[in-house]
Amino acid sequence: MGGGEPRTIIALGLEGSANKLGVGIVKHVYADGVPPSAELRPEVVELANVRDTYNPPPGEGFLPRDVAAHHRETIMPLLKQALAEAGLAPRDLDCICYTKGPGMGAPLQAVALVARTLAQLWDLPLVGVNHCVGHIEMGRAITGADNPIVLYVSGGNTQVIAYSQQTYRIFGETLDSAIGNCLDRFARVLKLPNDPSPGYNIEQYAKRGTKYIELPYTVKGMDVSLGGILTFVERLAKTEPEKHTPEDLCYSLQETMFAMLVEITERAMAHVGSQEVLIVGGVGCNLRLQEMMAQMAAERGGKVFATDMRYCIDNGIMIAQAGALAFARGFATPIEDSWVTQRFRTDQVHVDWRT
Amino acid sequence: MADQDQDPGRELLRQGAEARVYKTTVDGRAAVAKQRFSKGYRHPELDRKLTRGRLNQEARSLRRCREHGVRAPEVLRVDKDSATLYVEFVEGPTLKEWIVATSSDEAGEARLMAAAGRALHHMHQHNIIHGDLTTSNMIVGRDSELTLIDFGLSQVSGSVEDKAVDLYVLERAFISTHPDSERLFAGVLEAYARDDAARAVLRRLEDVRQRGRKRDMSG
Repeated sequence: MGGGEPRTIIALGLEGSANKLGVGIVKHVYADGVPPSAELRPEVVELANVRDTYNPPPGEGFLPRDVAAHHRETIMPLLKQALAEAGLAPRDLDCICYTKGPGMGAPLQAVALVARTLAQLWDLPLVGVNHCVGHIEMGRAITGADNPIVLYVSGGNTQVIAYSQQTYRIFGETLDSAIGNCLDRFARVLKLPNDPSPGYNIEQYAKRGTKYIELPYTVKGMDVSLGGILTFVERLAKTEPEKHTPEDLCYSLQETMFAMLVEITERAMAHVGSQEVLIVGGVGCNLRLQEMMAQMAAERGGKVFATDMRYCIDNGIMIAQAGALAFARGFATPIEDSWVTQRFRTDQVHVDWRT
Repeated sequence: MADQDQDPGRELLRQGAEARVYKTTVDGRAAVAKQRFSKGYRHPELDRKLTRGRLNQEARSLRRCREHGVRAPEVLRVDKDSATLYVEFVEGPTLKEWIVATSSDEAGEARLMAAAGRALHHMHQHNIIHGDLTTSNMIVGRDSELTLIDFGLSQVSGSVEDKAVDLYVLERAFISTHPDSERLFAGVLEAYARDDAARAVLRRLEDVRQRGRKRDMSG
């Protein structure tokens, strides 16, 4: 390697696949040029990462149409804020990255429309990005984890992922509901506030829980089933509210579901012989989950990597990060292909920036 | 407690995610000792429940298999104090090892995939759900028949859904372990579809797969 022309890529990333709208700007510096065949490892400089969250009232979930309206109203001020923080003008950018999917249709469309418009207005290439791959690449960049098993846990996804042959392969996943969805739904049953997030409030309740209530525990191979636990705990909360405190219910729910996630992550580590775990996605902020994972990793001589709220919760810079890597390899999304999709599996992306 | 019954003659075969597996002898017979260890990350009550429950369930399912003529190792001893299960030692490579070592023998491969399909059909016929099917949990015998091992996540169930998920878990293990997994797994399913009950399971397997593809939603 080395000896190539130095190259700098500045990418704008727009993310709005769920109730967070994020705008981020990242700079990748290749001092020796972009290596033609080796893995891309640019110097990564964060220039901006701003976010605005749509929170429905307590006891309610968010509707796609309301989320899309939020994104439409908020995106221009947020974009201006990001450019101002970075101290950049549109002509300084090299590409516009946006979330192609997976996610909720209407919010994805609202943001993609802005991305398309900016690309034509500023005459810049568009780069469509897989949301899950955005989480993984940002997590790797922030933590320095080289080739970890990835636990991706959020409102819509629960996956155990390992990299192999330019693909992020899904080794294990939920057979029914996503972990974040279960936590959000249970928060609604208990009427916990949605601010800053339902999962955060479950975590605070769980900290005060003392009694472990036995709940169903379902691991099948490297997959988990979470729906049954939720139904069970919902029934306890509704039919015998005097018997169990909300704190104990939150505590037991977390202890059970997280133990299942740690178990399948460990199975994947044993399966591929990896010593590193990276936790990404909104539920990855949960400190109890991080603690349990760290304990598992320590017991097998491994290490856990996690990020804080700036990166594990949906954000714009993760889209810029993954997009800039693909862009350095020559990838761009023509305007006519700049549609969005609610279903876009992690293993459908050709990860040609790794070897 | 884990180290008290250390048998100096035993040899560590492998260390999995939740158990150490040794080669040893029981009453003069070659045996495998599978010792489960506790996990510090989970709540002590949950840990006890899982460690004990899986030890007992594995022994129960292995016995049930043998009662019905499904090839599985004989249970020699269950030691609850050390959470150790002693079973008969089964000679031979795992199916995974066999596939990796003999990648060019397509006829042999087809024979083994059919053997796997027949073994799973037989097991499901008697309502045993393995719960953790992989190509590492099948041992290839000299007669090209397979012995099923590792029943720690098993259960007894007659439900079509449980059987379909059992096959789905195996399909995913194939995909994450073996190139050309589609052709191999198709051979397993073809041999599995021996009667109407099995064909109903395969129809449900299609639903389970669809759910998997549709699930991937917002992040």
